[in-house]
Formats: sequence, C-alpha cells, structure tokens
Amino acid sequence: MLIEIVRGMAFTLRKLFSKPITLQWPEEQKPAMPRHRGRHVLHRYDNGLEKCIGCELCSGACPVGCIYVEPAENDPANPVAPGERYARRYEINLMRCIYCGYCAEACPTEAITLGPRYDLADYRRERTVAVKEDLLEAWPNFGAGRGQNPLGAGADQRGQAARSPGVSPRLAWDEDERIRREGAEQPVPGNAGLAPHVPTVTEPRRVKRDR
Amino acid sequence: MMLADIWSYQIGPDYWWLIVLKGVIIVLFLATAAAYSTYAERKVAAHIQLRIGPNRVGPLGLLQPAADAVKLLFKENVAPAGRDKLLYLVAPAFAAAAAIFAFAVIPVSGVSTVHGYQLHWDIAHLNVGLLYILAVTSLGVYAIFLGGWSANSKYSLLGALRSSAQLISYEMAVAFALMGAVILSQSLDLEQIVLAQHRAWFVLLQPLGFLLYFTGALAETNRLPFDLPEAETELVAGYHTEYSGMRFGFYFLGEYINMVTVCSIATVLFLGGWLPILPFLDFIPGVLWFLAKMLLLLFGMMWIRWTLPRLRYDRLMNLGWKVMLPLGLLNIAVTGAVVAVKASL
Repeated sequence: MLIEIVRGMAFTLRKLFSKPITLQWPEEQKPAMPRHRGRHVLHRYDNGLEKCIGCELCSGACPVGCIYVEPAENDPANPVAPGERYARRYEINLMRCIYCGYCAEACPTEAITLGPRYDLADYRRERTVAVKEDLLEAWPNFGAGRGQNPLGAGADQRGQAARSPGVSPRLAWDEDERIRREGAEQPVPGNAGLAPHVPTVTEPRRVKRDR
Repeated sequence: MMLADIWSYQIGPDYWWLIVLKGVIIVLFLATAAAYSTYAERKVAAHIQLRIGPNRVGPLGLLQPAADAVKLLFKENVAPAGRDKLLYLVAPAFAAAAAIFAFAVIPVSGVSTVHGYQLHWDIAHLNVGLLYILAVTSLGVYAIFLGGWSANSKYSLLGALRSSAQLISYEMAVAFALMGAVILSQSLDLEQIVLAQHRAWFVLLQPLGFLLYFTGALAETNRLPFDLPEAETELVAGYHTEYSGMRFGFYFLGEYINMVTVCSIATVLFLGGWLPILPFLDFIPGVLWFLAKMLLLLFGMMWIRWTLPRLRYDRLMNLGWKVMLPLGLLNIAVTGAVVAVKASL
C-alpha cells in the first residue's frame, strides 16, 4: 500500500509542475477548426465587390427561416455587387440559426459560408441578430462613416483586414489550411497553372418547408 | 497601584502587555495564514489537476482570500428552525478558538535577549507545553459535535458523530506518536524539545513517530484521506451542513488554523523548530526557519489531499486502533528501551 501511495504522490507532483491546459477565455481563444460552422461570413471578390447578389436562395434553403434578405438594384456607376442586384439588408437571427450550413450550400456565388467565429452570446437579445455589417468580410475602407456596429461583431475580421489589408480572412484561412494539408508550394503533377484550391460546388438541397 | 506597577506587572516570566501583544500578533498571523492557505490549497489543487486556479482578483489572484472573506461576511445567515439557539451560535466560535488556543505555547523561535530581558517567542511559556497542546486540541471535538448537534439536522449529526469517533480514536495514536520525542528530550517544555534536536532532528531518530503523527494529524484536521466527517459526497458537508455565511466561515477558519497549528507542532517536535538545517545557516532568523518548515508540511498536507482517495469508515477505525495505536506503543517501548540502555552504559 505504501508503494502505491508513493507512486500516486509522485504522479501528482509531476502534474503539479506540468503546464496547465486551461484556456483563459475570453483573453485566450482557441482557433476554430478549418471547417467549423460558426457565425456566417459574407464574402467579397478580390476587387472588393460583394459576392452576394441578393437572390434569397439562402433564405429559402434555411430550415428554420432565420435569414432575411432585402435585395436592391445595383447602381451601374457604383455597384455593390457584380450583377443586377445586391442585398441591401442581410440579417441572420443567430439565436434561431442551427448552423446547418444549408445556406452556404444553396448560395450560387459562394457568397455566404459559415465562419470560424463562435463567441455569439450576448446580454441583449436584439444584438443577437447579425446584420450585414457584422457578417460582411472586412475591406480596408469598409465601415468608414457607418458608425459603430451595434453587435460589436465583425471586429475580428476588421482586425484581420488591418493586419493584412486586401486579403480576405477566408482566403488566408484556406491558404493556411492548404499549406497544412499539402505542405508549402508543391506543384501538382499535370495540374500546373491551376489554382491549387478548387472549391466544390454542391447542388442546393431541396428542403421542405412548412411555413 | 501606580501606573508603573501595572506596566511592569508580570504573568509568569512575561509582562502582561507583552503577552497581549504577542497574542494579537499570533491571532492576526493565524487568520491571515488560514486565509492564504485556502488560496494555496486552491492553487495546489488547480495545478495538480492541470488547471490554473484563482487568478482574477488581484495579481495572481492574491486578493482572492480577501474577496472570499467579504463574500462570507455579506452572505445571509440561514439557520434551521429547530436549532439549539445558544449552542448553534457558540459552536463556530469554538471551532476557531480551539484551533488558536494550541498556538499559544508554540515557540516560533529561540529565546532572544532584548535589553537584558529574556524574550520567549511563544505567548505563554509553559513547562508542560506539550501536555497543554494535547489537552487543548481535544477541545476541537466540542466545536464539531455541538455544531452538529445544535443544528437539528441528520446530516450534521451524522457528520458530528463520525467526527467525534474519529478524533477520539486518533487522539490516542497522536499522543503516543509524540511521546517518543518527549522521551528523547526528557521534557514536555517545547523549547527544551527543540533545543534537544540541535544535533539531530527527531524526524531522523523517530521516523515512525513522525509518520504516525502526520497521519494522525491528517485525521485530526479532518483532511483527506480521513475527511469522513465532511465527506461531501456522502454527508452533504458533515457537521457544518446547516451553517452558512460567516458562521460557516469560522468553521473553515478553524479548520485551516488547525492545519497550521498541527504543522507547527510537527515542526517543533520533529523538524527541529527554529533550528537551521546546518549550523552555519543560523544567520537566517529562527522564525523564518520555523515558517519554512511549517509551510513545507502544510504543502505536504495539501499534496496528500489531492492525491489520495477517502478511506472507508471501518478501515479508518481499523487503521486508528489496530495499526497506529500498536505502532505508537511499539515506538514508545523501543525508544524508551534504547534511552534506558544508553543511560545505563
């Protein structure tokens, strides 16, 4: 019995001096996994135009009906999105959303995906509805003159834009992921010249809605 | 009586105001030490379990004990309706007091001479200090039993019963474990016991005695693996189930002061009290040596708590009566025989 006690004590002593695994939320945050389905992100093209064309397919595909899109005509002189229409309002009720990702699958332009952000709790219910400004990918001039975002969300992406302006966080993320998966800059045989990351487009699923 | 007479009035070898002063210092020290041993306990527990522990209040969470004290003071006192009003009120105070009493005779350092006056570093210098300690530490049972009884709750009562049975059975073993040191030093005076260790600490001469005392001390302070009186998983919280707010705080305080006291006693009797490890290190004040040894033992108690599981009740009793008591007797017999043979040579 004494030997076991001594062994137990040695074990706890070893643990006493090993590094704690505690993560000091919210000062320290664990990065989400690459395919994590967190809060949505509305993407832009590399020239800054929004990918969303206001087609409302996401809203239609949503099984809980948490997406509200209000389309508007693009001004040809100063377009928001390439195409005729863009989303003037794009709101997602994050309390209602089940993070299934059907909206991303339904989107014809890959404008919406589920992002890495998961700290979505809030003290006020009305702030849990994410508006377009929260969801939209950061752009260097984005948000100028629009005032403070009431959700406080989207700040992560704005921070990232400040660090590496012009690079969409999603693309940076994909690139990191590709490097992690394939190693840095390996030429693919018979595939030279093609972009290494080819996004898969799936057919939008037909979702039965009884509303 | 002149003012100067009152000033120079002596109780035993000490001036009365000196005794009061030392008493105040010791009580303040014990309260702080108890508060911070809760902090240490939480930190040790956390790091053993790969956590960080309190780190929000103040730097490194060092103000956590203060925050806890404020919380306890402001908490509502919920008291059961059928309680014995007087005993319910007195018992927690008893818990803290009984733990503090024992510290009165513990010499934290050797005699120092101030302006030709012999200054003892204990509050009351008794020539039967050890006997006093054994007597006073038993008083702690009253706090536990009265607390359990007066609350009029079955969980409290069960906890109190277990606790009393446990304390009584381990008291004997503890007393026997200490006797080895008494035989070697031929004195019950704690200062003399420490001075008798100037060549070799009694932990070297009495390893069995030390082991028995430390085990017994864990049982006496109701700590794991002998925390049956409190057994959270079985008895809710044991004898202080029905206490809340600062009344509970006093039990808590008493428990941690008890730990400090018990470790101090072990330091005095087995680890050479204020004596340095090696003679040439005596430029470091004795108080610091005493503190260092005491804290080491305190850490040991916490370490054990977060390692070993709780004993079953019958095994606890078996260990107390069938293992520790005979071993204690054996220790006394062997020590006595050796001392007698050496004296006759």
